[in-house]
Amino acid sequence: MSFSRPRHTADLGIPRLHLAIFAGLLAFFAIAPFFLYPVFLMKVMCFALFACAFNLLLGYGGLLSFGHAAFFGAASYVSAHAAKQWGLSPELCVLLGTAASAVLGLAIGSLAIRRQGIYFAMVTLAFAQMVYFISLQAPFTGGEDGIQAVPRNMLFGLFDISSDSAFYVFVFVIVFAGLFLIYRIIHSPFGQVLKAIRENEPRSVSLGYEVNRYKLAIFVMSATLAGTAGATKALVFQLASLTDVHWAMSGEVVLMSLLGGMHTVFGPILGAAIIVTMQNYFAGLGAWVTVLQGTIFVIAVMLFREGIIGVLGKLTRKQL
Amino acid sequence: MFEIFGIPAAALFGQLLLGLINGSFYALLSLGLAVIFGLLNIINFTHGAQYMMGAFVAWMLLTYLGIDYWWALIIVPVVVGAFGVVIERLMISRLYHLDHLYGLLLTFGLALIIQGLFRNQYGVSGLPYSIPSQLQGGTNLGFMFLPNYRAWVVVASVVVCFGTWFAIEKTRLGAYLRAATENPTMVGAFGINVPRLVTLTYGFGVGLAALAGVLAAPIYSVNPNMGADLIIVVFAVVVIGGMGSILGAIVTGFGLGIIEGFTRVFYPEASAVVIFVIMAIVLMIKPQGLFGRAV
Repeated sequence: MSFSRPRHTADLGIPRLHLAIFAGLLAFFAIAPFFLYPVFLMKVMCFALFACAFNLLLGYGGLLSFGHAAFFGAASYVSAHAAKQWGLSPELCVLLGTAASAVLGLAIGSLAIRRQGIYFAMVTLAFAQMVYFISLQAPFTGGEDGIQAVPRNMLFGLFDISSDSAFYVFVFVIVFAGLFLIYRIIHSPFGQVLKAIRENEPRSVSLGYEVNRYKLAIFVMSATLAGTAGATKALVFQLASLTDVHWAMSGEVVLMSLLGGMHTVFGPILGAAIIVTMQNYFAGLGAWVTVLQGTIFVIAVMLFREGIIGVLGKLTRKQL
Repeated sequence: MFEIFGIPAAALFGQLLLGLINGSFYALLSLGLAVIFGLLNIINFTHGAQYMMGAFVAWMLLTYLGIDYWWALIIVPVVVGAFGVVIERLMISRLYHLDHLYGLLLTFGLALIIQGLFRNQYGVSGLPYSIPSQLQGGTNLGFMFLPNYRAWVVVASVVVCFGTWFAIEKTRLGAYLRAATENPTMVGAFGINVPRLVTLTYGFGVGLAALAGVLAAPIYSVNPNMGADLIIVVFAVVVIGGMGSILGAIVTGFGLGIIEGFTRVFYPEASAVVIFVIMAIVLMIKPQGLFGRAV
């Protein structure tokens, strides 16, 4: 561990390496729709945001939530409902979905942080299941069918962005704003306190930090950003369904973080890309995809707990 | 027919019985989880899948080998428990020195693999497993009709729960177990093979889940997803009861099953979430669980 400060660029306070990676990602996703299917790329971006939001909690707060599908899914229902029934413009739908998951995050988080470790995981999972049942039964969610044929309305009520390529720009902006925000949270003084709590909670308490307040704050932030991802995803696929709130989705996002590297900034993005790609191209294999995901889980836990980016970071001795 | 709170008595007792049956499974499964957690400090996410395996192995024994229900009650827990032992030796035992979360993640991955494999092989529609001939039919109690098999399930699970409680709280082996939970190094110094004790405990907990699966097979259709959603309810039961306590697992399991049954009578829409609502309330009032020790 070196204590020398990383070299910063003058204006943004970001190490050059990270700036380069961000620039690379931006460039890739800017060019990619010309040779890859835009809807697939939008899915990758949404899940990358979801995984990074989740990892904000797991990798930096040390809290394993097994119920993040609740926030992702609830936001997608709210966003889809707002677009379809109220005819709101997409930016408002996403905002509304995000706000809904923030409220939900506050409610679940304030109860869940009363327990630690594996109990915390079980509590979040149980609450997420409650959200699942509500989604199944509530009058506006469409039960088993979900909310289908969600329209992509005019952006700001003015611009038609319903085509995939135009909508791509919208998703691109939202996701990268979200990713950048997560990056800033991690590298803020607040993020440093979080790391201190993760590493040694009693010491943080004795240093005078109100640990539970920090935990709740990061929980709500994580839930909120997961909601942004879910709300955007509902508009991309023009569909909000039970898949989004099911606990299997919570498991998937854990897998993305673990596979990419949960103590890294960029790991979850790679993890999300790998899992989404896998699902897309192996969809014909049916339940074998589940078996494959389970196998990846087991291998990741047994053999490389740092994840792909974590291992890369170790090899290059850079913080990634 | 008389009525209670405006509900026909037969319907009320019917739901109560159903609640008691569900409670039996909650109790058996959360008991297994508690036993495993007590010594291994691992939340066995595979528990639901192992319960499902119990039902499937019973079905396979009958379908492929013609071995009936009564033998299955003995064979299945041993077979699935042995499978658990292999998993513990090969994988879980390598994670004890790490954060407990890794145990949770590993067992989650295993659950995905097992469920996926069964789904590939048998589909999701469910397979029938008939009630053994000795337990078919039912008894008319005057106020309700009691199917014999369901009465048997409740009795069997009460007996198994009590037996497990007795073995852990009142016998020498149980004393070793509890001591090993408190201080494995010390118990090892007394010449007790703690790793073997841990392995066998895991096998036993898995066996309990499998036994629950055999009991469940004639009631619910045998299908690959039967454990997946149940296990989450059981987690909630465990949070409510308090993980440290064997008694907590049993009492909370039965109690919540009954509460769920009542809810189904008076406010059916809430029956799926009532356990989670109770969990929220318990977390507010007594975060360590009703029977749990404060940490």
